[in-house]
This record gives sequence, C-alpha cells and structure tokens, in this order.
Amino acid sequence: MTSKWLSSVDMDARKRTLLGISSFLLPLLVWCLVSYVPFVWHPKVHVTDPGGVDYFQVDMLVDKAMFADEVANMEREHLAVPVGQSANPIYLPAPDQVAKAFYNGFVNPPTQKDVPSMPASLWHSIQIIFWGFLISSIIGVPLGILSGTYTLMGRLSEPFIEFFRYLPAPAFGALAVAILGIYDGPKIAIIVIGTLFQQVLIIANTSRKLEVTIIEAARTLGTRGFKLLSKVVVPGILPDLYRDQRILLGWAWTYLIVAELIGTSSGITWFITQQARYQHFDNVYAAIMTIGIIGFGSDLLLARAGRRLFPWDRTQDRR
Amino acid sequence: MNPKNLPSYLDQSEAVKARFDRINQRETILEVRDLGKRFRSPQGEVEALRGIDFSVRRREFVCVIGPSGCGKSTLIRILAGLESHTSGDVLLDGKPVTGPGQDRGMVFQGYSLFPWLTVKKNVMFGPQLNGRGRDEAERDALLWLDLVGLDKFADAYPHQLSGGMRQRVAIARALVNQPRILLMDEPFGALDAQTRSKMQSHLIDIWKNIDVTVLFITHDLDEAIYLADRILVLKAHPGEVQEVIEVPVPRPRSPGQFNTPEFLATKARLEELIHPAPEPEPEDEQAVQPHLIRMTNVTDNVE
Repeated sequence: MTSKWLSSVDMDARKRTLLGISSFLLPLLVWCLVSYVPFVWHPKVHVTDPGGVDYFQVDMLVDKAMFADEVANMEREHLAVPVGQSANPIYLPAPDQVAKAFYNGFVNPPTQKDVPSMPASLWHSIQIIFWGFLISSIIGVPLGILSGTYTLMGRLSEPFIEFFRYLPAPAFGALAVAILGIYDGPKIAIIVIGTLFQQVLIIANTSRKLEVTIIEAARTLGTRGFKLLSKVVVPGILPDLYRDQRILLGWAWTYLIVAELIGTSSGITWFITQQARYQHFDNVYAAIMTIGIIGFGSDLLLARAGRRLFPWDRTQDRR
Repeated sequence: MNPKNLPSYLDQSEAVKARFDRINQRETILEVRDLGKRFRSPQGEVEALRGIDFSVRRREFVCVIGPSGCGKSTLIRILAGLESHTSGDVLLDGKPVTGPGQDRGMVFQGYSLFPWLTVKKNVMFGPQLNGRGRDEAERDALLWLDLVGLDKFADAYPHQLSGGMRQRVAIARALVNQPRILLMDEPFGALDAQTRSKMQSHLIDIWKNIDVTVLFITHDLDEAIYLADRILVLKAHPGEVQEVIEVPVPRPRSPGQFNTPEFLATKARLEELIHPAPEPEPEDEQAVQPHLIRMTNVTDNVE
C-alpha cells in the first residue's frame, strides 16, 4: 500500500509532465469558472442601462441585492427598470483580461505619464534581487561553509546568527534608509538582511552533513588544512549547496516587495501600487504573475543546469 | 570433523615454520608499544584500549579480530592517525605517528570514495595532492586500476559501481600512494558472501605481487584465518590483546583449505577466545522485552 505513495521514483516521464501541467491548469480552471459562468459567485451587477434610478450610471458595479431593490422600487413606481449583467468585483478580472494586460504590458508603452512600464519595472526589480543575493552569497556561502566545517567557527558565529535571523528584515527599513539613502541601497540591504542569516545557517548545516568517512579518507590520503576545504568539503557539498542557493534565491524574491516599498517605491512594486491606484487590477495580476513566472522559470533553468553540472548527484534522479 | 581429532592450532608444518622464521627476520614496519586509549563519555571515563603491544613485519598480513566493543576500529583509527591515543607509542619505521599521512593507506568499511570524481580521478587524488603532474598521476592511476581490474570503468562515477567494485577502487586509491602499510577496517563487511570471497582472493593476489604490508580488521573468523599470517585477538572492556595466533594454514591459500584440520583447529581456538561461555547481555539489550500477542487465527499455525 505504501508503494502507492512512494512510487514517484518509477513514475514515467509523460505522466509526470502531465501532472505538472495539470497542477497549473486546475487553479486556472477554477478562475475561469468563477469568471465566465454567470451563476458562480458574481456578487455584483454591471449596469448597462440605469433606467429610472437616478444614481445609477452606465458601467457602474452595484451589489446584487441593491440592484434587486432598485428594480423592485422602479417597478413599484412604474419607472424604467435598470438593466445589467451579473459581474465580479473589480478586483477579480477574468483570465482573458489579465492575458491582454500581460501582453499589453510588454508590447505597448504605458498610457499614464507617471507610471513606469512593466518591463522597466521588472528589470529594476531583477537588478535589486541580483545585487542583494550576490552580496548575501559572497558573505554567507564562505561563512556557512567555515561554520559547518570548523566547530570553533560554528560555535563563534552561529548563536548570534541564530538570534539575528529572528529579527524581521523589514524592521531595518528605516535604519537602512538613514544609512544608505532612499534609492536602491536600502532595498538591497533589506534583501541581504533577509537572506544572509538563513543562508549561513542552512549552508553550515549542509556542510556538516558531508560524510565523515569522505573527509577521513581524504586525510589518510594526505589532505590537510585549506586543501581539505577546497578539494574535499566544497566539491563534496556542491550539489547540495547549489540546491540551497536555489531555495534561498526564492527566499530573496519574497523580500522584494517589502524591500521596494522602502525609501522611494521602485520596481515592480511601484508598478503594482500605481496600477492598483488606477484600479487597473488586470495589470496588477499580470505583474504579480510575471514575478511568479520569472521566479519559477529561473528555478527550472537552474535545476536543469544543476543536472548538467553535477552528473554524479544521485538525489536528482529521484525528482 | 570431531573437535577431539583436531591437531593443536599451535602445531606448524615445516613449511609454515620456515615461513614464520623468514617473516621474523624481516624488518619491523609497524610497532605498537603499550598503547592505551581512554575517553570521557556521558557514562564516565571509558578505557577503550589498554596495553596493546604488537609489531608487524614487512609484507606480513596481520588480521585483528575481536568481539564488538573490543576497540578494533579505534585501534586502526589510531594507527591511521585519525584518532589520538592517551598512552604508549605507535611507531612506523621507528618514527612516531602523529597524524594521518600518505605512508599509511586506509580502506574503510563504508562508502569512502569521492562521489564527485570519476574512478580514475579518485585514484589520481593522492598523487596529485603529492605534487605529481597530471599526466604522471593519470598514468599511475590507470596502472593501479588495471591491477584491480577496473581499467574499463576509469571514467565511471562511483555511484555507477557495485559495492565490490567500489572497494576495489578504494584499494587502488590507497595503494597508488605506495604506503608502507595498508590499513583495512572491515573493508568487505558490507559485501555479499560471494563478492566477499572474490575480494578476499583478489586481495591476496594484490598482496603477493606488491611490496605492501597489510593490517586487516574483521569480525569474520574464516576471513581472518584465510587471509592472515598472524591474527591479533582482542578482548573487550577494556580492549586488550588476548592472544596472537600464528596461522598454521600453509600458503598459497585457496578457498579449498576451509575444511583442512589446521584451518578448523585455528577456527576452534578463535571461537573459544571470542565466544566464551555466554556472557550476560548488555543492559540496553536486556531492556528490550518483546511482548508477543497472538494476532492471527489460533488454528493458523506456521510451525
């Protein structure tokens, strides 16, 4: 019976791809149902003809109950009855609207002057992520490896890091602005603060999990000091380190929105807040999804690259 | 065979006696003098080894055997320099051992190959570390892989090999450094019976053809008798040398000797030393008391 649950190993590739696609199609299907089937949800009425109701206007969205009241009122008073169709609230655009917005966002320049274009906003966000993650990794990866390999180093650094990682990164926003100004500096700093401390602990843990026998074998072959680190520990943990980095990169993305709200709003966050202000929720959804697509897509690419980079890594066979 | 008809394990044929005389004339490679090891554990101070005294001559094959907890692994790890000792001396060619070094090769029981390197690069690891050029190291590696019969697998990764093949690579990787002594810590313990006996014969072949001394740890009595010139029998709590047995089984050895009187006599003696009158079980084993309840139909008997 258990084999049913553990059989992912021998599930064939086609079935796996099919399930993978379905996992995306199912939520989309739900979204389509809610958007296109009039009797599913649709709590509002989109007014096409106000009739005799003085405060109704064409294209207005009113609550269904309110609309029904007014219809009853008008009938009682023998005035023109308002006409409208069931609709969803403005904050839930239909899939086709979002798809259109997505296409427009990349093809057409924005209509408003004070609103940045989606590609430009995204590019700015990607740069913030890149620098934040790079700086964090330059410090975090070596520190993590050292802490995991040398007990002394681990004892010295980890308690403080363990404490620091509970401090919410956004709490340092005001401080970061005071020190680094209002532009990209504090945003990068927030991503670094949000990622670095987790990174050190995760990578230290990964380093500790390297088989002791492998290190001992290397020592009996005459490896000592720094070479033990560079020729044995690092190559030994590299596939896991790479996997950690992929997870941590996802982590960095989750700090992006908070980071971009600090100082002057910028990047995709600025785009989203501006579009929401104009009630262009189709654009908001398109932007949110783009973040998802970029994050997920880059992770897929990195996973594929990982399989090529580490042909000996057997944990990958199990995916 | 009736044990009463067995010769004494101390009886040696002329050829065997002459062989031991020759061995005893060779220089000493490894000398262990009054070696002791104590360490602190949550249960208090433990004496793992006490007063271990023995020496190994050049190109001798010595097996160390003993019940679990006798410290045989600790002993070999001290010899390899992976652990420190608290008293006595370990001398290799008369010089004290202070840490791991290329003069002592080690083959572990577990999986010790570098998984990120191909078989060939695993073997090249030692020579390259030693400052040899790439080409020279590669030539050496291929030579040794040929010797263990794995030249065709030079570019495979360790995970693509079977357990026996991995241990062959581990042996090649240790021998390429041309160590004075090869330390083997239950190297065939994880292999199936058939592969194990193949590896034993193969190890003897290697040892015959190469100037190397072997110290081999095992808990398998047959393996010890089949391989060894001398067997060091340890006892547990604390680990002490109980007896050093000169194996009377003549060389060249073959699996056909497993039923010869000398072999059986030696085995009987080892069994006497290692499994004496039943000892009280250790406490943690006593704590395990299965409570069996009948979970099948009363009529459904299997025995």
